Amino acid sequence: MISLGIEGTAHTIGVGIVEDEKEKCKVLANVIKTYHPEKGGIHPREAANHHAKYISQVIKKALEEAKLDPDEVDVISFSQGPGLGPCLRTAATAARALSLYLKKPLVGVNHCIAHLEIGRGTTDCKDPVLLYVSGGNTQVIAFANGRYRVFGETLDIGIGNFLDKLGRYMNLPFPSGPIIESLAKKGEKLLDLPYTVKGMDVAFSGMLTSAQSYFDSGERIEDICFSVQEIAFAALTEVTERAMAHVGKDEVLLGGGVARNRRLREMIEIMAKERGAKSFVPRDDLCIDNGAMIAWTGLIMYKSGIETKVEESYIEQRFRTDEVDVKWRE
Amino acid sequence: MERVIYRGAEAEIILSRYLGREVVKKRRIPKSYRLKELDFRLRSSRTREEAKLIMESRKAGVPVPIVYDVDLLNCTLTMEFVKGERVKELLSRVSKEERRDICVEIGKNIAKLHNRGIIHGDLTTSNMIFLKRIYFIDFGLGSFSKEIEDRGVDLHLLLEAFKSAHSEHEDMFSYVLEGYREKYDEDFREIKRKLDEISKRGRYIKWR
Repeated sequence: MISLGIEGTAHTIGVGIVEDEKEKCKVLANVIKTYHPEKGGIHPREAANHHAKYISQVIKKALEEAKLDPDEVDVISFSQGPGLGPCLRTAATAARALSLYLKKPLVGVNHCIAHLEIGRGTTDCKDPVLLYVSGGNTQVIAFANGRYRVFGETLDIGIGNFLDKLGRYMNLPFPSGPIIESLAKKGEKLLDLPYTVKGMDVAFSGMLTSAQSYFDSGERIEDICFSVQEIAFAALTEVTERAMAHVGKDEVLLGGGVARNRRLREMIEIMAKERGAKSFVPRDDLCIDNGAMIAWTGLIMYKSGIETKVEESYIEQRFRTDEVDVKWRE
Repeated sequence: MERVIYRGAEAEIILSRYLGREVVKKRRIPKSYRLKELDFRLRSSRTREEAKLIMESRKAGVPVPIVYDVDLLNCTLTMEFVKGERVKELLSRVSKEERRDICVEIGKNIAKLHNRGIIHGDLTTSNMIFLKRIYFIDFGLGSFSKEIEDRGVDLHLLLEAFKSAHSEHEDMFSYVLEGYREKYDEDFREIKRKLDEISKRGRYIKWR
């Protein structure tokens, strides 16, 4: 079965085409086009305009890469939420149009769950705890009692958003994560920053304020980046480990744009190894927001009998991870 | 003779003997994913804080293990061995009536802690042990505070734990609140309001 998925929850419009092969995901195409604001953060309307402008090109390019005719696609999937309303609507409109035009079934996919399913589909993990770290989202998710449940999450801002906000404050370009990562390598001094872990939840706004005042008082930017990474990622690793112990799982999966950070990966790997668990990371283009993960999740959902009627395909800006009845898993 | 009986995410619990008594030692395990400096700072300060919190909780009348020794260099607490059953398992196997009584009792104990300015910081049913009474353990993420906010977050953590570990008995949390209301010294409505507010803070809540 071949599925085409459209991702459009935030600053990325992506189209992926995947095929299932012995219950694993084979990515035939994964085209990603990202909106970069000239300054500041994402403006939802501007991002949606960007998506509307490029969506048809991105779809065409994906079909070309997959060497497929539109007719050969069996299912159309789209990111139904959570995300920014205007962006979600743009992607959903494209998906509905494709579905109606090609007379193919439509499946609305939860974006957070897609980050987990693409990991299960393309790596060897079977039942992982997912540490999902991106701009807007920071969640620790695992399967329990028929649903994907959120065991821990940020109480204020997402880790990626935190890094971007700090980066912007220190006059670094957007996205700041990769620059902070390379500056951190030259850091030496561990500055005292608030380490906020509450049970399995984390919080970053206190650390942001504190890091900003270090910048104001003239601390080396390399030391700030170093300390921020060490302390924020240690907190994330700690809550992930707590969730693993709590639900009794021995696999950990990384997902989301911040999962590309080598230091975070290293910490998660060490943590897993020390507790006799295994860690997994999908390849980079499947970590960030992308269409392939939507296509793959839509495919397995469709195979379990789930379909979204066009007239019921409303987007859900606040689509919670634990709202989805996960019929496709035992 | 020492024997590790439980290895948690943060610490290992070792069965040992101390001055002729059967005790458990809680040793915070070094985590090599963290920088050494940060790791020691976190482990040592958590050990000290936990000892203080346990001793205060006893004064509040909440069943907690007796602390025999605090070793800040090795980040180890030596405590009385509470030979009971985790409430997490207990709740899943008892009758509805017993489950309700246990939840009310949990609520009363939390109120006693809060009255004395103690925030447990990690209220889950894995951190409660039943041995005639309900013992509270693992104050590792606890703190001293009388803020309504902190009390609310403390209770909210337990609510979340009920949702995730006891999703089939989610309604049981209302009995926890019933017990809490009975013992809580201040205005319970404030706590209730705070809890509702915190629940709406999570991301993508529809009724926000």
